[in-house]
Amino acid sequence: MFYRENGQFKASYVEDLRIFKVTQDRVAVLALVAIAVLLVPMLASDYLLRAVLIPFLILSLAAIGLNILVGYCGQISLGTGAFMAVGAYAAWNIGVRIPEVPLLVQILLGGLCATAVGVVFGIPSLRLRGLYLAVSTLAAQFFLDWAFLRIPALTNHSASGSVSVGTLSFFGLPLESAWQKYLFCLGFVVVFAVIAKNLVRTTTGRQWMAIRDMDIAAGVIGIRPAYAKLTAFAVSSFIVGVSGALWGFMHLGAWEPLAFSLDRSFQLLFMIIIGGLGSIVGSFFGAAFIVLLPIVLTNVPALFGLPLSVDTAVHLEHIIFGSLIVIFLIAEPHGLARLWSIGREKLRLWPFPY
Amino acid sequence: MNMTDINSATVTAPARGQGEVILDLQNISLRFGGVKALTDISFNVREHEIRSIIGPNGAGKSSMLNVINGVYHPQEGRIHFRGEERRKMEPQVAAAQGIARTFQNIALFKGMSVLDNIMTGRNLKMKCNLFQHALFWGRAQKEEIEHRIKVEEVIDFLEIQGIRHTPVGRLPYGLQKRVELGRALAAEPELLLLDEPMAGMNVEEKQDMCRFILDVNDQFGTTIVLIEHDMGVVMDISDRVVVLDYGRKIGDGAPDEVKNNPDVIAAYLGTSH
Ligand SMILES: Nc1ncnc2c1ncn2[C@@H]1O[C@H](COP(=O)(O)OP(=O)(O)O)[C@@H](O)[C@H]1O
Ligand SMILES: [Mg+2]
Repeated sequence: MFYRENGQFKASYVEDLRIFKVTQDRVAVLALVAIAVLLVPMLASDYLLRAVLIPFLILSLAAIGLNILVGYCGQISLGTGAFMAVGAYAAWNIGVRIPEVPLLVQILLGGLCATAVGVVFGIPSLRLRGLYLAVSTLAAQFFLDWAFLRIPALTNHSASGSVSVGTLSFFGLPLESAWQKYLFCLGFVVVFAVIAKNLVRTTTGRQWMAIRDMDIAAGVIGIRPAYAKLTAFAVSSFIVGVSGALWGFMHLGAWEPLAFSLDRSFQLLFMIIIGGLGSIVGSFFGAAFIVLLPIVLTNVPALFGLPLSVDTAVHLEHIIFGSLIVIFLIAEPHGLARLWSIGREKLRLWPFPY
Repeated sequence: MNMTDINSATVTAPARGQGEVILDLQNISLRFGGVKALTDISFNVREHEIRSIIGPNGAGKSSMLNVINGVYHPQEGRIHFRGEERRKMEPQVAAAQGIARTFQNIALFKGMSVLDNIMTGRNLKMKCNLFQHALFWGRAQKEEIEHRIKVEEVIDFLEIQGIRHTPVGRLPYGLQKRVELGRALAAEPELLLLDEPMAGMNVEEKQDMCRFILDVNDQFGTTIVLIEHDMGVVMDISDRVVVLDYGRKIGDGAPDEVKNNPDVIAAYLGTSH
């Protein structure tokens, strides 16, 4: 069976509005989700789940959030790490102060707190753009880093701002083993990926992209720039905040403000540049790339009898990231997602290119 | 140049020009620092007419459109739109009142497909909120489809069915201009402002664009304010013409009157060498 759209005529707009228009794509995605839900928890080792898949899922979610702001709405942000921190610390505080609140609600409320903070720090975007906006979001990063380190009330007076979560459960089900946490994160990622995709393919997303591409023309057709930008900040920081809460609760278990430092902000920015600005699927590619590259660098040379020292691997990693970012920014701003869609375009015609 | 359909359309022109005044501009002056872009300009636009603005480069034509739809705010003067006076108006409000436009330098959303660009033109008519979009269920989906049908009508009207899924950045210039017209039409405007819609086009593309403009005016009854440099086109399709030079109005009237106005002739001869 060739990968082909031919013969799959769209009889209605409902069909043309589907996320995955080619039948084979739909089948492939369903199969992928089925494998992720059924097979992976059974087959994957604890190490694979804890060190690779859970971080991959959570970072994908954060990348989707950031991509909405940067890739779709064209507003630069260097404060992603801080917004993750808000989600994590807020969810944690709610848990500590009101233990009755279920975990799911805790995490979603963490996201809402991040939304509020994100919108406040998004207000400068109504006046500033480009570098100036980047600097103002950088200020958000530094301010929030400082706040979690120095305001004892935010960390329930724990020393040096480090906090830890106790045993977790999801409506009575235990959330202890790696596969349970993995499935919990997977659920969030699938739901938010669908929500994000829905937003970007309807009026909300078109308004964001209009502001990104040509804000004067957007105003002239009735789009309010303030509304579009602030909704992008709100949705983006909500998703980023939720991912922060998941990062703290599911991946780290215990953390200090450093876990959400400027490094994290940059890492996420690199992810969406490499994965593809303005692409939901690209967010996954970028996260996979960032999570997998260090593992590949430490393991693959060893397979060929050339073990790299940890230092060398880290240096290589930086060199590869650096050069890839430059290459993608210059040659392919739509990142891996674009290469992926070119590949599919070719496959659609293969083996008869006419 | 084959302009048969254009000429045949001119026959009906006088009948169209008789509508009520829907837009009245009085004593408009606009300055940028020391630059006087517009000085004491008054003219009006009647319902259903094609009203052209001509004049040499830098005469203030684009500024005039920007004043009409609220992008620029004149320091002096009054504007009445459909009988209501307004002073300072944001473009969003103008859009909500039924004013749509295209730009001299194409202002499409480069990263979006033709379809999405034109869909964006309907954004004021779409009422679902962000939460409904997020779920894309029931009402949001129904709304998307309803508006998609309208947009497909625009796509058929402009004969761009083949490129609906193409990112606009990849289209040739002439087609981009057409898509931009599509985005404006999708809003179903009462007043359509076109800033040099035919600039840089070849003869065939110009004829197509003329046909679209006349059809819009004719079929939908849309009032049009048109900036155009091609005198042949202007004289053929306009009901009335305003002539600007150095930010001042130097002529106003039916195409024939304007063509024979000595000031206008002088302005054009003056800049043509
Ligand atoms: N945003 C602006 N800032 C400063 N000067 C402007 C601006 N827009 C237009 N102008 C000036 O106003 C005058 C008229 O320009 P414009 O309306 O674009 O003329 P036209 O469209 O007839 O070629 C020019 O001198 C131009 O430099
Ligand atoms: Mg101009």
